[in-house]
Amino acid sequence: MAKAATAAGTAALRRPAQAGREFSASAAKVAMLPPAERISLRAPEASVAALSKALGVKLPQAPKTSASAKGRTALWLGPDEWLVIDEAGGDPLADAAKAKDLHSAVGISHRNVAIAVTGAGAEATINAGCPQDLSLAAFPVGACSRTVLGKIEIVLLRTAADAFRVECWRSFSDYAFTFLTDAARDAAA
Amino acid sequence: MLLIRCPYCEEERPELEFRNAGEAHIARSTNIAAESDEDFEAFFFIRSNPKGLIYERWRHIHGCARFFNAVRDTVTDKFVMTYKAGEPKPKLKEGSH
Repeated sequence: MAKAATAAGTAALRRPAQAGREFSASAAKVAMLPPAERISLRAPEASVAALSKALGVKLPQAPKTSASAKGRTALWLGPDEWLVIDEAGGDPLADAAKAKDLHSAVGISHRNVAIAVTGAGAEATINAGCPQDLSLAAFPVGACSRTVLGKIEIVLLRTAADAFRVECWRSFSDYAFTFLTDAARDAAA
Repeated sequence: MLLIRCPYCEEERPELEFRNAGEAHIARSTNIAAESDEDFEAFFFIRSNPKGLIYERWRHIHGCARFFNAVRDTVTDKFVMTYKAGEPKPKLKEGSH
């Protein structure tokens, strides 16, 4: 999309929602992450091998797991559904198109924004609005899930023992960020 | 909060991630145009609404987004079991759980 606009000489100015916002409390830090390329991928089991090869990351097939390679992460969302996030400036949509097997890939780079929640209180911060068990035993590093945060739906990925990536729709980003800010303040108390 | 086992995620998840989708195992006629008014009414409007075990469709909408079936007790609100969509209706005796 951005490439097409540049070619036509009308480069779209991209202003990511909440860009640059961050908040630090004693136990947790909440910060907007830079823009990334994302696709929503649906495919039957028979196409998984070819798509993994085309994308350069092995699509995980176990519930609540993710796989990562060269700045690209594939998150299992459902039995035939993945969210692929590319933070290395690649084009996952074009790569998926190289696979000739049946699949549906939809570019959602601009639909989502990501918020990083880090620190010793990160777990408590997310748990302020997310009812899932986020202990390391139930939600280890690399675990991911679509779930809820307060009144909105999010995709949650644990990037380290004390770090989470929260993906939400950009129109909900102000709500999500404010919610996490309040939660981080409470987690410190 | 109730914990509901999603047969696709293979674990118990909080009820906030789920949405009820009405009674399960209601088969639509393959020739709906030939249905009599009475049969259509029974298919479309009449639900069993039992006191006790009920077979329901549920959707893990804020999770894997899949529909599945669940057996629930309408008196205690307890989930007896859940199973994948398309699997046969399990035979359960009242009071056996």
